Amino acid sequence: MMGGRRLSLDWIGAVPFLGYVALFLFLPAAIIVAGAFASEGGVTLINFANLSRPYIVSAIVSSVILSAVTAVGGAVLGALLTYAIATGNPRSTFRRVVTSACGVLAQFGGVTLAFAFIAAIGPASAVYVYLSQHHLDYYASGVWLYDLRGLELVYLYFQIPLMVLIFLPAVDGIKPQWREATESLGGGTWSYWRYVAGPLLAPAFLGSTLLLFANSLSAYATAAALINQGGPILPLQISNAITSEVGLHEPGFAKAQAVVLIVIVAIVSVLYAVLQRRTARWLQ
Amino acid sequence: MSRSRRAKLQLFRVVTFVLLGAFFLGPIWFMFEFSTRGVGENSPRTLDAWKEIGTYPDLVAGIVASLQLAVITSVGILVVLVPTMVWVRLRLPRLRRVIESISLLPLTIPAIVLVVGFSPMYQWMGINLSDSILTLSLAYAILVLPYAYRALDAGLAAIDVKTLSEAARSLGAGWFTVMWRVIVPNISSALLNAGLLSVALVLGEYTIANNLLYPNLQVEIVSLGRTNAGVSIAVAVASLLFAFVLLVALSFVGGQRGGRRRTRERLVQTFGRDFSGGTR
Repeated sequence: MMGGRRLSLDWIGAVPFLGYVALFLFLPAAIIVAGAFASEGGVTLINFANLSRPYIVSAIVSSVILSAVTAVGGAVLGALLTYAIATGNPRSTFRRVVTSACGVLAQFGGVTLAFAFIAAIGPASAVYVYLSQHHLDYYASGVWLYDLRGLELVYLYFQIPLMVLIFLPAVDGIKPQWREATESLGGGTWSYWRYVAGPLLAPAFLGSTLLLFANSLSAYATAAALINQGGPILPLQISNAITSEVGLHEPGFAKAQAVVLIVIVAIVSVLYAVLQRRTARWLQ
Repeated sequence: MSRSRRAKLQLFRVVTFVLLGAFFLGPIWFMFEFSTRGVGENSPRTLDAWKEIGTYPDLVAGIVASLQLAVITSVGILVVLVPTMVWVRLRLPRLRRVIESISLLPLTIPAIVLVVGFSPMYQWMGINLSDSILTLSLAYAILVLPYAYRALDAGLAAIDVKTLSEAARSLGAGWFTVMWRVIVPNISSALLNAGLLSVALVLGEYTIANNLLYPNLQVEIVSLGRTNAGVSIAVAVASLLFAFVLLVALSFVGGQRGGRRRTRERLVQTFGRDFSGGTR
């Protein structure tokens, strides 16, 4: 009797938290899923059929290309930086400063980042003014900074540090003895990378690239601040669908797009988790 | 390692650090440069743009709103999360995994997706409850939940919650006294960490505010940027500096013991490690 009553009282302690997440995490999720499939008086796929509109298809394609480009670019440059960090003294202040800076920079995005690039290389920047006076007009064929190509450059700013943060533990797991072992067996630098370090790091590298892909796919604020017109990528289209007149007539349309985005992110995250487990088997 | 290989490695490291260092520091430097420009060509450096910040009432309102949101959100999330986490450790250990997975869930949901679900909720709240911008803190608490959870979890793991609270209870303390006078002082640095991360996150938030049509700091910076780039970049620099100071404070505050400092460094690093959360 007493035990039963105490148990029920114990559960009350978790109610404020569970109540809050039910209202502000699970309810919005339910609204999205239900709204994407709901129509007046029944279940419908019309919202998903509407995704075949040319501007949505092109936004999805552009989003995927943008994410792939910045994921691969960020992964390669980030891996170089990671290697440069890992080959230094593991206890040095320099390394601590660089990894802490990566932690801050990977989170540095959105409006401020867009403005930083506008100030640095935009059409009114000192760099552009100087270079265009010296016959290096890099906007001769249009201001690409406010375009998808601009996003590709700007996204690297948070992709590279993110790569360092998630790839560094794997690179740190490579032991110098393995290189010595390769050398004692007559292998040079090439065979070490080709047969030892490469295969060991490959799952971690691929997994990290996937995480960068998901990261770029979900980014909204940077693109919104940089691109004034139209909606060349999916997050911007979702935003248009929420806030515009069209959104009021088709409330399910934004929700269907959101479902598409979350499904892609979920698939990528699962693949990432699988590769992460593979990495953990070798490098811990 | 042979000498030529060592030299090559050193060269590679120097080149990498210099080039990427320029890529990362350049834009921040040029933001300062841009915000201190004079009007004409070759005019001297001036702080006019910075001084003008106060003359834009919408901008000032956005700054005030974001600061209020930062305070409300970080206090709110701590008030909900700390008692829950302590209680779960003491009485509901089976629920711990559940609470953890729920708390980390927002990391995998992009903010732009979350806001699609918030939109009808905030329309309803705007009509039936309140259309104050401060209601945003309810949504923001979800954004900061994973970061606050991790910071607090690290703090609670470092103390023996069970023994401490049993000792206090046996001396006659009520649950409120246990929380406020025993647990809280023992995890003060974790509370500070969680609070600072929340403040940094809220001050940079744009996605949710913009799509729910609430003019917070970042939304005002963007709308001002269309008419007066100098001032809006000055504000962007200021908010960046503020967030930077918060995060530096986070990595240094009160850290004497090595173990604690390492925890804190890890926190700063994991702050950036996740995709889709945060302010990108």
